[in-house]
Amino acid sequence: MIDLLRYDFMQRALIAAFLVGLAAPAIGTFIVQRRLALLGDGIGHVALTGVALGFLTGTAPVLTAVVVAVLGAVAIELVRARGRTSGDVALALLFYGGIAGGVLLISLAPGGSNATLMSYLFGSISSVTVQDVQVIALLAVAVLGVVAVFGRELFVLCQDEEVARAAGLPVRLLSLLIAVTAALTVVIAMRVVGLLLVSALMVVPVATGQQLTRGFRSTMLLAMLFGMTATVGGLASSFYVEVPPGALIVLVALGGFVLALGLGRFVRRSRSQESQP
Amino acid sequence: MSGGQVSLDRRPVLRGIDLTVRSGEVVAVLGANGSGKSTLVRALLGLAPLSGGSTLLYGKPPARFREWWRIGYVPQRLSVGGGVPATIREVVASGRISRQSRFRPTSAADAAATARALEAVGLADRAGDPVQALSGGQQQRVLIARALAGEPDTFVMDEPTAGVDAASQQLLADTLSGLVEQGRTVVLVAHELGPLEPLVTRAVVLRDGCVCHDGPPPKAVGAHALPGHDHVHPHAEERPAGPLDWRPTS
Repeated sequence: MIDLLRYDFMQRALIAAFLVGLAAPAIGTFIVQRRLALLGDGIGHVALTGVALGFLTGTAPVLTAVVVAVLGAVAIELVRARGRTSGDVALALLFYGGIAGGVLLISLAPGGSNATLMSYLFGSISSVTVQDVQVIALLAVAVLGVVAVFGRELFVLCQDEEVARAAGLPVRLLSLLIAVTAALTVVIAMRVVGLLLVSALMVVPVATGQQLTRGFRSTMLLAMLFGMTATVGGLASSFYVEVPPGALIVLVALGGFVLALGLGRFVRRSRSQESQP
Repeated sequence: MSGGQVSLDRRPVLRGIDLTVRSGEVVAVLGANGSGKSTLVRALLGLAPLSGGSTLLYGKPPARFREWWRIGYVPQRLSVGGGVPATIREVVASGRISRQSRFRPTSAADAAATARALEAVGLADRAGDPVQALSGGQQQRVLIARALAGEPDTFVMDEPTAGVDAASQQLLADTLSGLVEQGRTVVLVAHELGPLEPLVTRAVVLRDGCVCHDGPPPKAVGAHALPGHDHVHPHAEERPAGPLDWRPTS
């Protein structure tokens, strides 16, 4: 573990992985509770168009990705809230549009090809720059801040939208807040695991946590712990075995889920025996 | 609410409802399945959009109403979300939301109100259990506790007795009578009143989206409006005769 920290690129990568592992499950818990587990995927696909737009216009792809992802997230939310289209169809529409737009725009960019997109689709954490780390840190703080400040309101909203309205909460604003926060998370996680696997970090640790917990808060905290373990652990292991870190991170997370599934069943059984002597 | 009209899919569900709930009343909204009871209370709160008429909450239209802590809404059932567990205490504590300020942490008053609400519905010893593991009647108690925790002036309950065991119904009746003594206002939707009957001061009976009785509880108006009596299929008589029925057959 020590020799790993001798490399600057590895230090940067570990900081990025740590922040992403912490932020993604935090907002992910609300998204899963809201039955929008695929929201992150939808936004991720849209963000690809943003990345390509960055190459086309010569701006930083991360910045254009943020802008386009936020717009996409707002669009998903509006379609979901207003339209007759159900959430999953709205997401599907954006999946296709996002990928097609990305591929089209990158082919127009000077010197751009589908290969350029690969590092964004599958992540390239070992190439993060100091500036990347700064942006990731800023966005991660923003995401965690939103969860800390609006957490109670988001809990009510995600539990039952009608009750939230009857409690006088700004339902539309909070829904947009979730969507925008998810978009920011997607962009920061993009460098770590890639756009195609982004959602895994928002969903899998939560699914793992809920096998073992009884409460919402404990699920979220446990999910953040699992997320962090998966990103940092996966990244560190990929340093020793030559495999893409993004894929390894997601597989570590999934492995944790399978373990938790077995463990959770065991815990619940012993609990129910406890309460029915 | 005056002249309240609600349409779902352009089909009118409520037609020209005039209803004013006065402070301290215990109003039961009765009627057969599909008569628009739930829609009525949701429209009263501005949760179901009106296609005509208007509704006022404490003198203000819902969009400009700010004192939401005065209202405790109890939905028909607990929605358990996408599988993320939540403890009974967490759900009940969320009833304080309209009394809390965004940047201030949960206060001692919040915790005390949550504890009182849990005590009132007899779930204090199970506060750490996930709500997903509860029976329908117990989940209903959690919903009521959530409204109690907010300490509102007016309770609006959508079918608090539907699918609830006798013990939970009795507990609800006891809780409500405590609230009535404190002068709170209660509007509840019910199919059958059961043990709530002695508490109700006013009954509004809906039929086909119109108020067909508004006054003292049904006991006084005879067997016809008694809950449990009106079990005919809601659309049985209003179904227009189709051309095939209408044309004489040979």
